[in-house]
Amino acid sequence: MTQMNVLLENKKMNFIPYFFKGRKVKNGLFLSAVIFFSLITISMVLLIIGTMIFKGYHQINFAFFTQTPPNTFEAMMAKSSGKLIPGGIANGITGSLYMVALASVIAIPFGVLIGIYLYENRKKRYAGIIRDITDVLQGVPSIVIGLIVYLWVVVHITNGYSIFAGSVALSIMMLPLIVRSTEESLKMIPDSLKEAAIALGTPYYKVVWRVLIPTSFTGLMTGILLAISRILGETAPLMLTALGNPAINWNIVKPGAAVPLLIWQFYNDPNMVDLIWSSTLFLMGFVLILNLLAKWIAARRKF
Amino acid sequence: MNSDKILKYILFAASLLILLISGAMILSLVQGSLPSFRQFGWKFLISDKWDPTRGREQYGALLFIAGTLFTSILALILAIPLAFSTSLFVAEYFRNTGMASVVSTLVDLLAGIPSIIYGLWGFYILRPFIVDIGLSSQGYGIFTSGLILAIMIIPYATSLSNTTIMMIPNELKEAAYSLGATRLEVIWNVILPNARSGMTASYILAFGRALGETLAVTMLIGNSNNMPTGLFSTGNTMASVIANQFGEASGLQLSSLIEIGLLLFVITTIINAIGKYIIKKFA
Repeated sequence: MTQMNVLLENKKMNFIPYFFKGRKVKNGLFLSAVIFFSLITISMVLLIIGTMIFKGYHQINFAFFTQTPPNTFEAMMAKSSGKLIPGGIANGITGSLYMVALASVIAIPFGVLIGIYLYENRKKRYAGIIRDITDVLQGVPSIVIGLIVYLWVVVHITNGYSIFAGSVALSIMMLPLIVRSTEESLKMIPDSLKEAAIALGTPYYKVVWRVLIPTSFTGLMTGILLAISRILGETAPLMLTALGNPAINWNIVKPGAAVPLLIWQFYNDPNMVDLIWSSTLFLMGFVLILNLLAKWIAARRKF
Repeated sequence: MNSDKILKYILFAASLLILLISGAMILSLVQGSLPSFRQFGWKFLISDKWDPTRGREQYGALLFIAGTLFTSILALILAIPLAFSTSLFVAEYFRNTGMASVVSTLVDLLAGIPSIIYGLWGFYILRPFIVDIGLSSQGYGIFTSGLILAIMIIPYATSLSNTTIMMIPNELKEAAYSLGATRLEVIWNVILPNARSGMTASYILAFGRALGETLAVTMLIGNSNNMPTGLFSTGNTMASVIANQFGEASGLQLSSLIEIGLLLFVITTIINAIGKYIIKKFA
């Protein structure tokens, strides 16, 4: 009798077409929703990058890298006669490189040292506090960093907007990234390597210099490149510190331009629209190359 | 003194730099906002007046706090379905396939795009589109900025979720499958309960990101000092009012902007701390 019932059940089930079985339908619907929303996400990325390439490529020429931006009038004349806007963003490129280099010089040594400290004192309560504060520092909005550096450097040290202030702001943004990436890549080193060096009686600074840093070098480089690619596009803190400059400037206590700052200025000037997209394309390309380089290095790392 | 000791002291001294920076940061923010605090006291938090006219200057942060919260909450609401689906796509459905690596690379790319580029894209592409489909006449406002913020925070919301989903032991999933569960039932009854804390933490951290975003929002929210009344109303956020008015500000206005900066610092730090706490507690 029970067997009969089971048979009947099965028979009943067979009458229901496959796609009406509730659980399977739900399963399929959910998968389609997941694919649909994922497609929306990646289409956003492609749209943004596509727009930049499509609108920006025709302004990228030799002058784009070697000349400073035109004034509004020149840009307007060129635009009304249907020509390319003359000039380029040389001041922004030099300024960005200058500030990022200076920020790296400040942030990388300190960041690596602090990273080593955290790695060596993993279990200490004090190190835990430093780690938490580093995380807090990493979460501080970039505009607040700009505000702070304005209060510190612009008001008290350089008495005005300056490249130095911009570099300090960028280095504060870089520091926590370097600290955490250094610690993480040191953690990957097998303890046996370090112990072998110590067993040979190697002084501690030599263990750091000849064992820890070389073996985690690829990890450190990845962290540094990612940190640089993060700060390259920062605009808000630079608006409050480096301000911008229509000419190329190497004087550290005077205002300096940067590519993202120039984009912001072009955005506020309707005649410069074409330059916006090429500057954006340049900036994005630079950031992208750094990111890919970091990924490539990370893929080759052993520890 | 031997070299080991010296290096230990150098490392320790370097670690003090973190304390120094964060301590001095809080100190300067507090000091800078003192004039405004003396003038307005706690009322600064609940006053919706922002009037820089000389002679009858009056400042309050409520408008900007509201603008920041509205845009960020909207961004989170819009980002969660996208981030959740992308996480499942990468870490569950198409795990370890070429498609998953393409999707995760593209999503990582989102994190690399600078804020100002999002702003430009929102201004030149998204805003006209919103005007065209008739949602609003100018295209500026809470909705536009929330949408751009949502795209910006997707990578932050997915990265941690992906790792938590991937860390779930296969045995758990296989046990469910062997009982005849469908994929959806496995996701619902095995993956979600196990990854819940990690995913919550990543959404909270993404929310923290949205709170502090400056330029993209500044370019899209309309920068008007009024209380946002609806999705398509214009407004101003804490970060955008600093970016907009800092250049011309002095005296009491500057101090009020610094106080807003302090508030923003406190709010983002609390949100981030909650996220980190969840990660630590359930890791």
